[in-house]
Amino acid sequence: MAQYQNIFTRIQIRSHPEMGVPVDEKVWTRDFKPGHSWLLGTFGDAQVGPLYIGGLGLASFMFGIVAIVIMGMNMAAQVNWNPYDFVVRLPWLSLNPPLPEYGLQVIPPLDKGGWWLIAGFFLTVSILLFWARVYVNALRLGMGTHVAWAFASAIWLYLVLGFIRPIAMGSWSEAVPFGFLAHLEWTNYFSIYYGNLFYNPFHALSIVFLYGSALLFAMHGATILAVSYYGGDREIEQITDRGTASERAALFWRWTMGFNASMESIHRWAWWFAVLCTLTGGIGILLTGTVVTNWTDWAEVHGFLATDQHYVPEN
Amino acid sequence: MAMLNFEKKYRIKGGTLLGGDLFDFWVGPFYVGFFGVLGAFFAFMGTSLIFVGAAMGPYLGIEDGKVVTGAVTWNPWLISINPPRIEQGMALAPLDQGGIWQIVTICAIGAFVCWALREVEICRKLGMGYHVPVAFGFAILAYVTLVVFRPVFMGAWGHGFPYGIFTHLNWVSHVGYAYGNFHYNPAHMIAITFFFTVTLALALHGGLILSAVNPQKGEKVKTPDHENTFFRDTIGYSIGTLGVHRLGLILALNAGFWSAVCILISGTYWTDSWVVWWEQLSTPPDNFYVASEYFVGG
Repeated sequence: MAQYQNIFTRIQIRSHPEMGVPVDEKVWTRDFKPGHSWLLGTFGDAQVGPLYIGGLGLASFMFGIVAIVIMGMNMAAQVNWNPYDFVVRLPWLSLNPPLPEYGLQVIPPLDKGGWWLIAGFFLTVSILLFWARVYVNALRLGMGTHVAWAFASAIWLYLVLGFIRPIAMGSWSEAVPFGFLAHLEWTNYFSIYYGNLFYNPFHALSIVFLYGSALLFAMHGATILAVSYYGGDREIEQITDRGTASERAALFWRWTMGFNASMESIHRWAWWFAVLCTLTGGIGILLTGTVVTNWTDWAEVHGFLATDQHYVPEN
Repeated sequence: MAMLNFEKKYRIKGGTLLGGDLFDFWVGPFYVGFFGVLGAFFAFMGTSLIFVGAAMGPYLGIEDGKVVTGAVTWNPWLISINPPRIEQGMALAPLDQGGIWQIVTICAIGAFVCWALREVEICRKLGMGYHVPVAFGFAILAYVTLVVFRPVFMGAWGHGFPYGIFTHLNWVSHVGYAYGNFHYNPAHMIAITFFFTVTLALALHGGLILSAVNPQKGEKVKTPDHENTFFRDTIGYSIGTLGVHRLGLILALNAGFWSAVCILISGTYWTDSWVVWWEQLSTPPDNFYVASEYFVGG
């Protein structure tokens, strides 16, 4: 029996673009005349734009551009300003923090980590301004500020990696370089140097919430699509006035695993899983090198080290 | 009460794939069905064998014709059911030489597939699409890739991972370094990017719905128009109430799919360090970031 599974939108309608819920507009207005994209419309909403830039948006953009230009210029300098090399070797290029001899010095010579500090400062200001923009955008519409606080959890991890932990360690050199393969080098060596991060319980928690987020969104996304025939995608209406879509979605999980969320509570599960991923991750990074210098030793002391007594992987 | 106040009218007969109405009933909140019974058998069998294996101690190999096991542990973090050694190849192994791992693997796959088919039956009862069991199929695929497909390609069951909480992490660590730096595996990069992106999307979606139904003090509950406006104001595009669930699903499925790809190609398509894969594309500059110069703690 063929059944419609609602993978793509089959019929698209075109009308005047939606300009958004009216708000008290002062200096800034919603800009860019909205357009429609057929391709986007097959998957989600076809309308692109308008965008509200705002003072915070403009400032965030400008700080961000400065940060990216500093990174790009330093990377270009790394290959002697050769445009071909810049493109071909871009994955290897990076803007590195100062070496340990400079400690927490403000500000080391520009080509010895000074640019890294400046780029990091501009990037951080850009991110914080964007956070403020997310917060203010919600307030202007009278909405809750849940998105902004979830964003704050990601910023916490970012600040731990590049600011709080280096200060706790007394050296900028401990921070992450800006670069594609370079930041992976950092990640790899960080784990080796501090005795295998797999034995860091907060790292384990962070991974649980990362995988858990993928699991939750697969479960939630699939459930809503499966009841979209009953209007399940109209979640706000289903929350305030439970319909058959909510009931079927809930019963599906109740019958499958003996437990179900409600149309509102599934979004609380979602929010917490995503937020706890970076929150616990930040704690795990902050403890590394400051409180615990070797996680393998720590695991041995606490009796959960997988030794040769337990398993010797073969390669 | 096991039943929700609206549940009774949904508990109807039919929609089963196998067994007719033989097992077409509920136990407490759980639907049973043929695959519930069969799946419970697999789950019970597999779990019991894990206890048997734990009591025997973790299999480490054969020395002078004698089976060597590690110390018996009942510490749940350290119990480990190990696969056969690589020298044993693709053979069926005796129970005390990785055979338990092989049967547990069969039971696990059986239980997972039964779970998916039971979900299909529940979908049919509730008149729902098959998105959830299909999505679960990707998770099953990733697991089967790790313990069946890749060991078959590599020629030994010993390439499967041990069933233990910290011993499986130990395996991940060892196998990762067997290929240099696993972060350089391009499929691993793609998988991680999908994992991070799905978590970001989940935060945005969960946060947006909560912010619409938990508005500022004194405000009425908001509408999908507000949701669209919030995202268009902020990033110039709102994917919409239906599209966001397609996006979340497709991101999550890709995370699982590319995870399977990244381990399947390691040791088969690519046997060298993954760093070399990047070095064949372009050479690193002389002043490439050397992490060991930057760490001072400890």
